[in-house]
Amino acid sequence: MEVLYFILQLALASSVPLALVAFGALFAERSGVINIAMEGIMVMGAFVAAAMIVVMEGLGVPAQWIVVAALAIGLVVGAVYSLLHAFASINMKANQIISATALNLFAPAFAIFMARTYSPDGTRQIILGQNYKITAVPVLSDIPFLGPILFQQAFLSTYVGIVFFILSYIVLFKTRFGLRLRACGENPSAADSVGINIYKMRYAGVVISGAFAGMGGVIFLLSFATTFSATVNGFGFLAIAVLIFGQWKPRRILVAAAFFGLMRVVASAYEVIPFLNTLGVPRQVYSIIPYAATLVVLAFVSKHSAAPRAAGQPYDAGKR
Amino acid sequence: MKRWWQRSALAENELFVSSLSSVLAIVIGLLFGFLLMVVVSPSESIQGFRIILTGGFNDGLLSVGSMIVFATPLIFTGLSVAFAYRTGLFNIGASGQLMMGALAATAVGVPQWWRYEGELRIAMDNPFLQLGSWHWVAALLAALLAGALWGLIPGVLKAYFNVNEVVATIMLNYIAMFVNSLVITRYLFNSLIGRAFSVVPTALFPRMGMENIFTDGLRSSQANVSFFIAIFFVIVIYFVLNYTVFGYELKAVGFNRDAARYAGMNAKRNLMLSMMISGGLAGMGGASLYLFAGRNLDPVLQILPQGFDGIAIALLGLGSPIGVFFAGMFFSSLKVGGQFLQLLSFRIEIIDIIISVVIYLAALSLILNRLVLYVLKREKQ
Repeated sequence: MEVLYFILQLALASSVPLALVAFGALFAERSGVINIAMEGIMVMGAFVAAAMIVVMEGLGVPAQWIVVAALAIGLVVGAVYSLLHAFASINMKANQIISATALNLFAPAFAIFMARTYSPDGTRQIILGQNYKITAVPVLSDIPFLGPILFQQAFLSTYVGIVFFILSYIVLFKTRFGLRLRACGENPSAADSVGINIYKMRYAGVVISGAFAGMGGVIFLLSFATTFSATVNGFGFLAIAVLIFGQWKPRRILVAAAFFGLMRVVASAYEVIPFLNTLGVPRQVYSIIPYAATLVVLAFVSKHSAAPRAAGQPYDAGKR
Repeated sequence: MKRWWQRSALAENELFVSSLSSVLAIVIGLLFGFLLMVVVSPSESIQGFRIILTGGFNDGLLSVGSMIVFATPLIFTGLSVAFAYRTGLFNIGASGQLMMGALAATAVGVPQWWRYEGELRIAMDNPFLQLGSWHWVAALLAALLAGALWGLIPGVLKAYFNVNEVVATIMLNYIAMFVNSLVITRYLFNSLIGRAFSVVPTALFPRMGMENIFTDGLRSSQANVSFFIAIFFVIVIYFVLNYTVFGYELKAVGFNRDAARYAGMNAKRNLMLSMMISGGLAGMGGASLYLFAGRNLDPVLQILPQGFDGIAIALLGLGSPIGVFFAGMFFSSLKVGGQFLQLLSFRIEIIDIIISVVIYLAALSLILNRLVLYVLKREKQ
């Protein structure tokens, strides 16, 4: 039972940021812009937040406030950084893959460069002073079964992620704004003809995706790393796999994120899982499963792709 | 009568306009790097900028040799991305193909493999050792094949299942990374150094006396035959793309798959061949990255960046093999320059920053082209 709780706690900690970042990418794609820069944006958000956390720790700010501030910083940094991608792909009608690749390359280079330039000993690592884990939430952690999974050994950032996930679902699928945004990704000409500003909507989509990625980067940092070394271990790309595996549908994204999160935990902690340890399968195989599964799913569904129809195409009003 | 050197005539020359916007992207990228250096350390910034510009010529022939060594994998991956691009495919997976190539080359080149009987690990001789002086050719071919196979996967997925090659190659980059880690740690691991076994001398690329040219008397660079193999493939790809029916068909399929099919071409086969050739080129890049002395494959979970540099090189080279060669040499010069930069208080990552800015600007080719045209077409008042 202890092991099961341990696995599920870790899986939750992985799945929430995955679902959140995938949902961010969903905003961009539903508005008609492909954003494979999630990885780079996560790194950027996590980097700035890590640097600020160290500063705040030095000032003696209480831990809860540090977590909240770090998440806010990640959100803002991600949103601002993604503006570069928005400008290139919306105003300049640039190739969105190339622009996003540039963002993906810039972020770690910039993070390492800054860390090595300004850290006292010239290393690339930013070391956080403490671990931002909650041992147990009062009252709620005593609920049988769910209590230990959800409310013990958890991270405040995980809960914030869940809240944002629910909010974003409501915004995208239950509001007028969300409907308009989705229209821009399916048929921008029709959307334009009824007076929706395609450019504004797409900016909104990309900036929201950036904000979520930035925040996801911070959640990753607080949950899995006490040192930040300019990487989020491919989490951003995994989130895009989650999005595709989930076929751009929110509930399936949740399922995909849970599955991918579990696989991540199995790959990193299979020694403590008695059943898997006796199988003797190398850990890398478990790491490969999410990516390979995504390819298999793609092979089955791509003939009738569920992707937003206008995703990746710059909007040209003259083509209407 | 318009002369070719007149501005209005130049403005109509597409190659000239896009070349100029490539140069503009590089210049702005370099200026961004300079600005960053001014912020970090104003007093050293001029000297640092000079080092970046001098690049591979900072330390005489020795660093020219390093430039050649660095350039070889970049030319291969640039060629890989450019070839795919010309045939209508976006190969963002050159890194994965390169890693598979490096793994295959190493597996062929190392002295021994581990095999397992139950839990027991037993050393066995590498059968490729018997090849003698042809050993390195086998290693290169293995890299070519491994890369081609890794490129074939997204090719099949696109041809038969309509899977977007960008997404497929991203996934395959990560799978390649884990496969590398798995194979190295299980079958090729030298626990003394925590990396793969060293490749035996017969499997290293011959240096053809270049160690006596690119030297400063004490040390000599690792410049080797792979550079000329890269040049050979630049020429081959140039001819295939521009002067053969085969190349024409590949481009036609990329341009309009349905039209090519109606014209009687086998679109599926051509598409898969394109990805295989692209992957094979990147795979050889992997061989050129590891088949020289002092390099050991590392099981660390990291995607090698050369494939992404290849995207930048293909873009700046305007998708042409000749352009790729020069862009590859230039990027390599930047990277060698970056190493000398560490003598000052600057970090080598500034080069990656410059490169990413250049890629971003290359994505904005529209605005750069317009800027160039604006300057060219402006009439004298």
